Amino acid sequence: MARFALASIDHGWTVAQRVALERAHVRLESLVVLLLLGGVMAFLSPFFLSVGNLLNILLATATIGILAIGATFVISGGGLDLSLGSVMGLAGVAGAWTCVTLGLPAPMGVAACLGAGMAAGWINGQLVTRAGVPAFIVTLGMLGLARGLALVISDGRVIYGLPSGLVWLGQGRPFGVPTPVFIFIFAALIAHYALAYTRFGRHTLALGDSEGAARAAGLRVERHRRALYVIAGLTAGLAGMVFMARVNSGDPTAGMSYELTAITAAIIGGTNLFGGRGSVLGAMIGALIMGVLQNGLNLMAVQSYYQQMAIGAVLILAVFIDQRQARGARA
Amino acid sequence: MTLLEVRGVTKRFGPVDVLHGVDFSVGPGEVVGLVGDNGAGKSTLMKTITGIHAADAGAILLDGRDITALDPGARRDLGVEMIYQDLSLAGQQDAASNIFLGREPVKRLFGLIPGFVDKARMDREAGAMLARIGARLPSLHRPVGSFSGGQQQSVAIARALTFNPRLVIMDEPTAALAVREVQGVLDLIRRLKAEGIAVILISHRLNDVLAVTDRIVVLRHGRVDADLVTARTSMTEVVRHIVGGADMAEAAAHESKG
Repeated sequence: MARFALASIDHGWTVAQRVALERAHVRLESLVVLLLLGGVMAFLSPFFLSVGNLLNILLATATIGILAIGATFVISGGGLDLSLGSVMGLAGVAGAWTCVTLGLPAPMGVAACLGAGMAAGWINGQLVTRAGVPAFIVTLGMLGLARGLALVISDGRVIYGLPSGLVWLGQGRPFGVPTPVFIFIFAALIAHYALAYTRFGRHTLALGDSEGAARAAGLRVERHRRALYVIAGLTAGLAGMVFMARVNSGDPTAGMSYELTAITAAIIGGTNLFGGRGSVLGAMIGALIMGVLQNGLNLMAVQSYYQQMAIGAVLILAVFIDQRQARGARA
Repeated sequence: MTLLEVRGVTKRFGPVDVLHGVDFSVGPGEVVGLVGDNGAGKSTLMKTITGIHAADAGAILLDGRDITALDPGARRDLGVEMIYQDLSLAGQQDAASNIFLGREPVKRLFGLIPGFVDKARMDREAGAMLARIGARLPSLHRPVGSFSGGQQQSVAIARALTFNPRLVIMDEPTAALAVREVQGVLDLIRRLKAEGIAVILISHRLNDVLAVTDRIVVLRHGRVDADLVTARTSMTEVVRHIVGGADMAEAAAHESKG
């Protein structure tokens, strides 16, 4: 009897898994982990489930979530972008510098953020596809270049005094919900549509899966790869803008080691580290897991040093589990 | 009348000369066997026809039109398809995604949002094509990487046939197959011919080549060594051209056994 019940639970699980994977492109395990984590946090802290705190989590997740979109595109397409956090910092400084130092209006600040991000992504893509330098090295180099440039532009200081229009993008609360949460959800929906349902998205997964297959099918492999790095740069620019607006300043050290969290979120969300599989919706659940983890540790007053360690450990664990499952599926 | 004409194609990879001015042609609905020793340049020649490799010199004409400058996607659109020896499948994607890769049909979602890949239509048409070539897959929705070699081969074949090809190049299509499956591929080649589709068959299995082709082109050291009409040639003659005279009798005896 017990055995039968177990078998049917098992069967129900695989069916649910298939539906979740095929229809919504979400890894069921990650959803379960998110709910469990939320349950534990709610049990440990009475504040966790308050509307204010849940909005806080979404707000804190917004920047990481937007970066995780970029990580998902690049990684599922068979690439890697380690420069996401640095480029995010550079974008924030570029926006603040444009508005404060140059005295240009807020829309120019937005353009500067997004432009700086896309420019960095463009350079990454050119170097990877034309110079033939491995993505790991190109984007590791960009991690240093972008961070250094942010420090040069800002002279190593935080740039204060943003115009109010820009600040609204980070601190505004239309309908009582922080503006970054709207930006985050809007970006995620567009990105999910693009990756899961358009030809561009399908080609991305096929390219990450097998470059030979993509070439044989007549896809323009190099051009597609470059587009993926520009998309990653754009998300870094958007994340930089949101972060800058939220803290009301251009901080050259913003986004330090955020690529670690963003990549972790993407992997937890079911993105194959070696390409061929990935889902933006999954990455958003991954980002929420990271957000809840950080928030919960904050509520429990755990030192932020330990949080870094937790994120690093989760990344390794997520890849470990993913690889085990991949081996299981092949066998 | 010729469908495909290859004129003086040369190709080198760094210091290695692979093709030294290859000329040959294929007529509509003609089945041409391309044979030669390892390293003779067979696969390289085929990849210059599909556009994966750019020819260093010479021209490739389809229906008299110069397609040398076109990229692989444009050549596929003109009806040049290839089934690669390594199959070139995206292993984590399902059968329909592989068959329609690069040619996904799109629709508007709710008549509003454009650019939605029409997966239902892809699955339907992929299923129909797989049924037509007599393939049996465990599921249309599983990643093709989980299929057997023969099943993956079916997906690669279906991909080459779905978009009304005029020329299908097959690079060692039977190398990894069981005996029964080999017969299936040979029957398929005959069916394509009957439909007026030209086939270039690269194979080491000379018995297969002699059984299904109209002509046999022997490539040796990057040149066309012989262009033989299958009905008027023999295993011995083909082997002699492949090995180039030396040890001919022994090699031919070995081949007729295998």
